[in-house]
Amino acid sequence: MILDKKHAMQRKLFRQFAETEFTKELQDRLDQTGEFDWEIHKKMAKYGFMGVKIPKEYGGQGADYLTYTLMIEELARIDSVLSIYANTSNSLGGGPLMLAGNEEQKQKYLPSVANGEKIMVFALTEPGAGSDAGGTTTTAIPDGDEFVLNGRKCFISGAPMADWAVVFAKTDLSAKDSRGISMFIVDLKLPGVSLGTAEHKMGINGYPTSDVVLEDVRVPKSSLVGPLHKGFAYAMKTLDGGRLGMAAQAVGVAQSCLDETVKYAKERKQFGRPIADFQAISFMIADMATEIAAARELVYNAAVLKDNNMDATQACSMAKYYAAEAANRCAYKAVQIHGGYGYIRDYKVERLYRDARICSIYEGTSQIQQMVIANSLLKKR
Amino acid sequence: MKIIVTVKQVPDTSGKVAVNENGTLDRASMETITNPDDMNAIEAALQLKDELGCKVVAITMGPLPAEGMLRELMAMGVDEGVLVSAREFGGSDTYATSQILAAAIDTYGIEKDDIIFSGRQAIDGDTAQVGPQIAEKLDLPQVSYAGELKKVGDSLIVKRMLEDGYMTVKVETPCLITCIKELNEPRYMSVRGIEECFEKPMTVMDYNTLKDHPLIDPATIGLKGSPTNIFKSFTPPMKGCGVMLEGSDKKTTDQLADILAAKHII
Repeated sequence: MILDKKHAMQRKLFRQFAETEFTKELQDRLDQTGEFDWEIHKKMAKYGFMGVKIPKEYGGQGADYLTYTLMIEELARIDSVLSIYANTSNSLGGGPLMLAGNEEQKQKYLPSVANGEKIMVFALTEPGAGSDAGGTTTTAIPDGDEFVLNGRKCFISGAPMADWAVVFAKTDLSAKDSRGISMFIVDLKLPGVSLGTAEHKMGINGYPTSDVVLEDVRVPKSSLVGPLHKGFAYAMKTLDGGRLGMAAQAVGVAQSCLDETVKYAKERKQFGRPIADFQAISFMIADMATEIAAARELVYNAAVLKDNNMDATQACSMAKYYAAEAANRCAYKAVQIHGGYGYIRDYKVERLYRDARICSIYEGTSQIQQMVIANSLLKKR
Repeated sequence: MKIIVTVKQVPDTSGKVAVNENGTLDRASMETITNPDDMNAIEAALQLKDELGCKVVAITMGPLPAEGMLRELMAMGVDEGVLVSAREFGGSDTYATSQILAAAIDTYGIEKDDIIFSGRQAIDGDTAQVGPQIAEKLDLPQVSYAGELKKVGDSLIVKRMLEDGYMTVKVETPCLITCIKELNEPRYMSVRGIEECFEKPMTVMDYNTLKDHPLIDPATIGLKGSPTNIFKSFTPPMKGCGVMLEGSDKKTTDQLADILAAKHII
């Protein structure tokens, strides 16, 4: 896709920022310690990254989905985990409020999320409800002017730093499957909220993930976001947009694999010449570049569909599915071409291999994306 | 109060540099950037804008695509752009350029509390002449090599960074200051800034706009009117490759110290 002047300028900003600010020292530190870096978070917020997709009237930048995907791609090209820093507020964190929040809720929460002062995370997954998110067992029972929440949410990205979480809980206990689920904003400082220890992840280290445990947590009724019992539909809609961000992240990771590999293949000599001269290597590189180009077009196309308020569910799933799998294939080839050095932490592709792996798992596994795509084809008639 | 910043689009010297047959730069074939010192001038203006709420205007002379550069500066926070562009101005040297820019700035208007910021010098010509010449032609006080800057009342306190020391100068507005990279670290564009930059005002001043200004003499503008003649432009030959010493023992470090001492580096 040929970008117009405005989007080309946005891409230039994200690229310049990431190439300058995401130093090797920062990348290594995040990967090695797994700890959140507030300094880079604040700097990204200063330039408006946290609120790219949040409307101007709520303190955001009011940009479109295409800008958002360009941001995630360019940030992820330098460091995948740092793209997540800018993603949460625009996607799963701020998304449910933008979709279903009332005016008071939007005014109360979105400005401080958009300017990076507060972090809001998305708490849907449970130990027994992953791909089957409808299997939610966390409950929210009305009691006077309050709801009382009980349950355990797991793999909640950003929970250790978060101020608020959007929690999905069953409010109609007699309803089956995904019905009877509602959405709440929960202040994570409330009595009864506790966090599990941060998970030791394979990749995307530097954005801690933990369980959120709710034990008789009392929230005011004004914490309900959207209509009672109808929260699941909003969770799915939020994930729709989230998939687009994850697809862009996968494109960034794949592009990074290609960048590193092209550089290495020209430098590394074996049998008296650069390994790029060997067809076995150059064809792998050609495959990587082709898959990335295809994935990028799928992502941008889905973004433009969303920007034009067209149905993009299938397109988002196709983009996420293809880009995530392509990122994994590219990471495999990048490490393969680097040989033994690709297995050593000194080389970026070692981390890219680990960072790529999550792409086809979170925000809907590749198999869930296949289901969405197939359903949209087979169940429409 | 307003601040006018003179800026120049220059070839990105990290890429390939090409030269025309007449010795001038083949700008069309090269990637361009905003001259680095001019970015410091922009940042200085934007910091004063953050502090005092004044208007910042960026002015450049160049071909029409230089509008893209001005839009990027607007995305950083500049309020308005002025593009001075005409075939008659093409090929101007520093003398002719400063004359045209001075005429353009004067046409735009300079008031008592205004400031003009320029970068110290452009990375393509490295002359450091255009800023000071503009000040001379507009009969304004000038302070070059600003490494620190503070606005106090009607004056600016400027710390000039010189080769062998520094000099602190107090200057009243209106004045022209040339900025060096030590002055600040230029900010990035912002997402919101980019969203809004295409709505900001952009004025194009062509030959007709400026031809009646007293500073504009057709005989002293453009390539023909420029007193500087380029004798020859060429890409300097590559320097020889470096020497690699291997080993981490004392013998190697002694060898390194000897080489550096022989070259009077240490």
